[in-house]
Amino acid sequence: MADAYRIAIIGSGPAGLSAAGRAAELGLSHVLLEKTDHLSDTIYKYQKGKHVMATPNQLILRSDMDFDAGKREVVLGTWDEQAASLGVNVKLNADVTEITGDAGNFQIKLAGGETIQAENVILAIGTQGNPNTMRVPGGDKPHIQYQLDDPTEYVDEHIIVIGSGDAGIENALGLAADAEQGNVVTILNRSAEFARAKDANVKLLQQAGEQGRINIMTETTPSEVLDKQIMLDTRDGQTKIRCDRIIARMGSAPPRKFVEACGVEFASEEREAFPKLSPAFESTKKGIFVIGALAGYPLIKHCMNQGYDVVEFINGNTDLKPADEPLLEEKFRGLPGGRSVADWLEFLRARVTILNELSPLQMREFMLDSEVQFFRRGATIFEKNEPGSSLFGIAEGKVSVQLSEADPSLTAPIDQGSIFGEVGLVSGRRRGSTITAAEDTIVVEIPRMAALKLMATVPAAKRAITNISTERQLLQMFGSGLTSEDLVEVMKTAEIVNVKAGEAIINEGEEGTDIFVIRSGSMVVEKMVGRKPVFLSYLPAGSYVGEMSLLDGGRRTATVRAAIKSEVIKVDGAAFGTLLERKPQLLDRARRDMSAREDVNNFVEAKKDSFSGVVDMYSSVASFLVENGIGEATDVLLIDEHLCVGCDNCEKACADSHDGLSRLNREAGRTYAHLHVPTSCRHCEHPHCMADCPPNAIHRGDDGEVFIDETCIGCGNCQRNCPYGVIRMEKTPPKKPSLLSWLFFGIGPGPGEPDHDWIDANVADDTPKKAIKCDMCAGIEGGPACVRACPTGAAIRVAPEEFLSVSRLETEQL
Amino acid sequence: MATRGAEPTGGEIDRTTLKGGVQHEGFLRYRRLYWAKMAGAISATLIVAYLLIDIKPRPNGGSWFGYTLGTAGVLLIVWLAFLGVRKRAMTPGRWSLKAWTSAHVYLGLSLIVIGTLHTGFQLGWNVHTLAWVLMMIVILSGLFGITAYTTLPGKLSTNRDETTEAQMLETLADINRQLFDAAQPLEAGSAAVVQRAIDENAFSGGIWRRLSSRQQIGGTAEALAEFRARSSAGDSPLDTLYDRLEALLSRKQAALARVRRHLRIKGLLQVWLYIHVPVTFALLAALSAHIISVFFYW
Ligand SMILES: Cc1cc2nc3c(=O)[nH]c(=O)nc-3n(C[C@H](O)[C@H](O)[C@H](O)COP(=O)(O)OP(=O)(O)OC[C@H]3O[C@@H](n4cnc5c(N)ncnc54)[C@H](O)[C@@H]3O)c2cc1C
Ligand code: HEM
Repeated sequence: MADAYRIAIIGSGPAGLSAAGRAAELGLSHVLLEKTDHLSDTIYKYQKGKHVMATPNQLILRSDMDFDAGKREVVLGTWDEQAASLGVNVKLNADVTEITGDAGNFQIKLAGGETIQAENVILAIGTQGNPNTMRVPGGDKPHIQYQLDDPTEYVDEHIIVIGSGDAGIENALGLAADAEQGNVVTILNRSAEFARAKDANVKLLQQAGEQGRINIMTETTPSEVLDKQIMLDTRDGQTKIRCDRIIARMGSAPPRKFVEACGVEFASEEREAFPKLSPAFESTKKGIFVIGALAGYPLIKHCMNQGYDVVEFINGNTDLKPADEPLLEEKFRGLPGGRSVADWLEFLRARVTILNELSPLQMREFMLDSEVQFFRRGATIFEKNEPGSSLFGIAEGKVSVQLSEADPSLTAPIDQGSIFGEVGLVSGRRRGSTITAAEDTIVVEIPRMAALKLMATVPAAKRAITNISTERQLLQMFGSGLTSEDLVEVMKTAEIVNVKAGEAIINEGEEGTDIFVIRSGSMVVEKMVGRKPVFLSYLPAGSYVGEMSLLDGGRRTATVRAAIKSEVIKVDGAAFGTLLERKPQLLDRARRDMSAREDVNNFVEAKKDSFSGVVDMYSSVASFLVENGIGEATDVLLIDEHLCVGCDNCEKACADSHDGLSRLNREAGRTYAHLHVPTSCRHCEHPHCMADCPPNAIHRGDDGEVFIDETCIGCGNCQRNCPYGVIRMEKTPPKKPSLLSWLFFGIGPGPGEPDHDWIDANVADDTPKKAIKCDMCAGIEGGPACVRACPTGAAIRVAPEEFLSVSRLETEQL
Repeated sequence: MATRGAEPTGGEIDRTTLKGGVQHEGFLRYRRLYWAKMAGAISATLIVAYLLIDIKPRPNGGSWFGYTLGTAGVLLIVWLAFLGVRKRAMTPGRWSLKAWTSAHVYLGLSLIVIGTLHTGFQLGWNVHTLAWVLMMIVILSGLFGITAYTTLPGKLSTNRDETTEAQMLETLADINRQLFDAAQPLEAGSAAVVQRAIDENAFSGGIWRRLSSRQQIGGTAEALAEFRARSSAGDSPLDTLYDRLEALLSRKQAALARVRRHLRIKGLLQVWLYIHVPVTFALLAALSAHIISVFFYW
């Protein structure tokens, strides 16, 4: 067996490859272990010809390997060449399954049984993980594959697709798309429904099923793989069908288990957590270093810089300044105090309580995402009802919260070290109060994604944020001159409860006096009228519910259930009752709120006989909307199909207001009782699209709109994550000739989105595809073009709580 | 029992809000019939004025009252025609096409009064009356349009039932593929019957055919009858194939019917514009001729 290498690098993505390149350049003994038979598998798997982007632009690349924005093939080609010319010691087909031993003497076990020894290990295996494999007899046969690159490759085969997610469905549809190929495609689903996949995909699949293009077998699992056949367990017993190829798309297991097994600790149990690392990328296991996407840096440039840095660190160069130094210098420029980058980082870390536990490395990364701002005394930091989901930490100075709009002198202070803005962070809704600087103040503004990451990596920060936000939410909710001292008893009973979609927190007719405050998500209130539940109202995050029984002493008069997955604060009724007794003002307020609710109840009671048809209708329309994601929407486009003449002027106007590409599909989408929810962004409270955006290009804008900025790298994650199918990946076409030249001379494609051929003919070949979606026409005077351009008034944009209010019932009867 | 903590007030972006909940408000009812009332008031005033003002020797376009009406009418017509530009020029600003359409419809109707009073009921076979006739054609086609706009959208939506036009056509293509495959074992004569069914598409027939609701007997219906008969006879070795063909053909028949209904309703929603718009251009030309001839030769 060979001697121990100085450095073993596992994973040949941009991070590992750059590390190996540095090691080769420095002449260190090293080996680069790669699971697949080619370098950089994640990028290898990008779509053919994909334009790879090199964001962030300001960041300098520091690596022995070159990288510039360009086609996937060019990027990979360059790396292959340079790996060879630098003399990188690559070992392909080397799937590392276990790492044992300690610093200076690690044993790295490969899937084939071989063991490699190394003094230091660099883990750069990315986050793609391993596809879940088939665990049935015959599950290792060669005709089973876990990926499908090109569905047109296969002809006249009996192909079984296993998996009920989007990947499986898309593969099955691809294989069956062209009847000429003569494939017999069967898709297996363990359960009865395709619940994990997007609606649009499920619909296409069902259609293909009805048309006999794909056999859909639900409640079926494979039990054994034979050479030309597969044995299946179905609801009605076992059956054997012909099978030439199996495509198993059963999701993938994140690499965390493997990493933990190597002895590396993660910051917390949260799914989003990353390994704990020192400033030199060393994990809690001495001698094992973690870089790249696995360390929480998903952009290629970051990955490559870290590869360079980590090898320098291992080689003893501890003075190396990170390549992101200029970015941070830029951030801190112009702030009072004139500190160096390192001093600023330390200043902020030590002053803002929730940052106390961050390591210097984490602090750097954290500050790359966040901003520091200076406000003079009296300046407004944000206003009530402004949208915004970022969190603020006070590093120096003090701010004051306006408690009442009527009397701006009523304020409460928040001191240095504490945080504010947490309500928007939790609920994704607008700001609850205006905040001004009480002294000259320095704050850190933490965008939502960075704040979530912080909460996942630092458990103490999470606890602090949760406690503060609970207390503040209660204060804000009940207003009326309460202070945090008044809430001490109530806070002791407060408990955060997660509620699944559809689950009830209050049942009609039940005893109970607990109060619920909706922290995130939304609820619907229903009342049984006769034998049917009638939809009474919709409660967005930031509302409270349950005070009626407390004040009246009766039973619950309606059922409250979650429209989508929600979080509520449950407050003990008795404790709240005591508070009410002590605070007559609060009692007044609660009574007022209650009487408004009683009016609605009485209204429904009174109308139920005379208008039962209308009430039914309203109720079922409301349920339809909630089912279609309106429960998590903040703004949604609705079309009344009694009025829509199908002229598609909304789509045309949309395209003409946004680079010639429409962000809405009028015809597609669900319809109920002639109320149509077209395929268009709902601007969710907690946008699914934001969840996994490598360059962090998706934000919530000033008007509450969720938008994608120009740093988009076109990876398509957001498109895959959006459950409503409203994001497109497109090349931006060039400007069209003017309307007048079209009108008078027929030049150009005319209003609206040009057809594909025109775009193809006029767009440069290397234009990258980018993600596009509705931005609510932010910044365009007059607001959403789709609504303005509707000739008949069929299209409207609404906030759900306005649309789903019972007052609609009254107008409906006019 | 439940209350909003913080009420959001819109920022820059206009949301459709209406007292007492949010509702769709169509162009005809826009602002509680504001433009209808406006147009009604204008028309009534003009009729009263026409009756009261005693123009000598008799009311006509050349009097001061006639000139006033004529000028107003021309300006109004030009403005009405401008809707076509407004609809397509997506400029920023606080305008809504719905408001424009609403005003267009009601003020357009008031032209019946304005234009007709302007003539002083002196109609004849000349370029002046041509302009009036063209105007009336545009207006009548507009009336047809709003009738279509009020009665047809619901039907379009019901017929569509959440499928898009592209999906409907896709379904047809798909059934055709299956028909083609299924017909392979047939002998030439029967295969030709299936082929005629395959060849029938939703677009066959001229414009009238497209807009008429009459049931159409085409290749599909014939083939369906043929194979239905064969499969009920039930004495051929190909019976299972006949069953399958019958099933496919009846699916095609249903799919065809749906696409045709879709295209017909869409056609009806648009066809009147093919009169409304070209005649508008003719009207503008005739108006120019009318005005020029009045000033040069009258
Ligand atoms: C579709 C898509 C488009 C993207 N576009 C861009 C873009 O345009 N610009 C950009 O900057 N970023 C982009 N990204 C993000 C970027 O590709 C990744 O974040 C980056 O590749 C991560 O690099 P890495 O070196 O950490 O890991 P990876 O690139 O994921 O590499 C990990 C390597 O380790 C290997 N490996 C895994 N486990 C083992 C094991 N046990 N033993 C041996 N080898 C193992 C894998 O086979 C793989 O080759 C995109 C991502 C996706 C999914
Ligand atoms: C002389 C009078 C009129 C003129 C010159 C006129 C002209 C026009 C023009 C140019 C358009 C634009 C069509 C397009 O670009 O798609 C239009 C649209 C329309 N007109 Fe008129 N019009 C007149 C009267 C009327 C009347 C009286 C009515 C109704 C009773 C009417 C109803 C409509 C409607 C409903 C539209 C369609 C709006 C849309 O779908 O965008 N018009 N008209």
